[in-house]
Amino acid sequence: MKKFINQRPGRAFKLLLGIAPFVLLFLLYVMGSDARLEVNPNDKLLPSMSQIADGLERMAFEPSKRSGEYLFWQDTASSLTRLGLGILIAAMLGLLIGLVTGALPMIAASLSPLLTVVSLIPPLAILPILFIVFGLGEVSKVVLIAIGITPFIARDIQRRTQEIPSEQLVKAQSLGANTSQIMIRVLLPQIMPKLFDAVRLSLGAGWLFLIAAEAVAATDGLGYRIFLVRRYMAMDVILPYVAWITILAFLIDVSLRELTKKLFPWYVQGGKS
Amino acid sequence: MSEANQDTTPMIQVNQVWKQYDDNIVLERLNKTVDEGEFVTLVGASGCGKSTFLNMLLGTEQPSKGEILLDGKPIPNEAGSDRGIVFQQYSVFPHMTVLENVMATCGFQRPGITGYLFGSGRSAAREAAESILEQVGLSQALKKYPHELSGGMRQRLALAQALLGKPRILLLDESFGALDPGIRADMHDLVLNLWSEHKLTVFMVTHDLKEGFYLGTRLWVFDKLRQDPQAPQRYGAVITYDLPVGHTDHSTYQQIDDHLRPIPAQAG
Repeated sequence: MKKFINQRPGRAFKLLLGIAPFVLLFLLYVMGSDARLEVNPNDKLLPSMSQIADGLERMAFEPSKRSGEYLFWQDTASSLTRLGLGILIAAMLGLLIGLVTGALPMIAASLSPLLTVVSLIPPLAILPILFIVFGLGEVSKVVLIAIGITPFIARDIQRRTQEIPSEQLVKAQSLGANTSQIMIRVLLPQIMPKLFDAVRLSLGAGWLFLIAAEAVAATDGLGYRIFLVRRYMAMDVILPYVAWITILAFLIDVSLRELTKKLFPWYVQGGKS
Repeated sequence: MSEANQDTTPMIQVNQVWKQYDDNIVLERLNKTVDEGEFVTLVGASGCGKSTFLNMLLGTEQPSKGEILLDGKPIPNEAGSDRGIVFQQYSVFPHMTVLENVMATCGFQRPGITGYLFGSGRSAAREAAESILEQVGLSQALKKYPHELSGGMRQRLALAQALLGKPRILLLDESFGALDPGIRADMHDLVLNLWSEHKLTVFMVTHDLKEGFYLGTRLWVFDKLRQDPQAPQRYGAVITYDLPVGHTDHSTYQQIDDHLRPIPAQAG
């Protein structure tokens, strides 16, 4: 018998082990839900699967009585737009700041301390300031996401840039390269896959800031809807919304990972020298 | 190899060069001249400062005292296109294919913000790159990325890249130290061919005396003449032997070898 630390699951068994917790949690939920509904058919805390399906159908496939819109899809579109814009801005700013501070010590001397301090400001603490400055519209929510994750991406990219072996920089110079050529041809392409990694890691924080901003002031969005229906304890809407957010986050993560593989074949296969 | 240069001033002059880090003296009292077209092999125990000396030629390190002159002028204090370099590792760009790696040299050679080539410049670069890759024997691997190459092929690529930059001086910093002995011998042949074909001045650092001994035109041995057992960092290394290669006999080899590696030589 091998030591436990040396035991590895086979392919099928690994799949089984992976699925088991999901099945278990689902069963626990269904049993709990049944037990509560048996005692009180009007219980709202743990709705049955059919009630959840009804809730989802009402939100996703029936037009709203008030506005005539399909709320679920409209919420999804609004939230994804805000998240996408915020992350896009953060990625571009973070790439620029990180590359410049990572490659140029003169710039880093001036910007790095500032970046460190800014990254310590809790973004949610300045949300009221954003609402005051940018109003309650879309801008303040996008800005919150961008402000929230730019410092993380910038510092990560700065570190990654500094990790590129100095031999490569010397080599490029011995071939006649100037500063901007080194940054654009040697550093930038090698940093791009790291940027994708950094964005994937910051998506969780992005969702957090998005939902927080929508909860405070919005007229639509996934976070807004969850906090709105909480007043009626509408678990039959909240639960599918949470599941949907999780699925979206998963899909975005997977597609970024696949995109990285496709765009940077040399990176995933482990090119270093 | 004095026929390569009719000029009276030698290409490289090393005048009273010392190198120290804080109290740690690495090199002391170096005085040498090197003519254009020479092939100098630098050997010595690890930590004796031969790579430091190479870095001073490269421009990434500066002498603490004294000066190194190139054509009568101090060597610039950063790497430049007159001095090519092949490191032991990280010498090629991992995100470019073999062809792109070499073509990048052409992009770097012109002034410009991005270093990317377009149009006729690009096709000229492609031709030049393909011909130099042919010379180093990489024509079959144009589309491969460096991590798909063997160690020897990667160093061939690094050589091709450096040569396309048309350097006057080629610096090899233990470039082939990580390769298998057979491959290493191939690489030495290649370097000797390229050296005579491209009329280069070569400085090659190696930790293996046997290899340096029969290669090139000149052998420098770095060693500490003075030793203070209480303070080993008190004295730096000097160049103890400066031998014209080809005019040496086996006893000299044995003598240097015993001095550099007393124990292994006695054992074997």
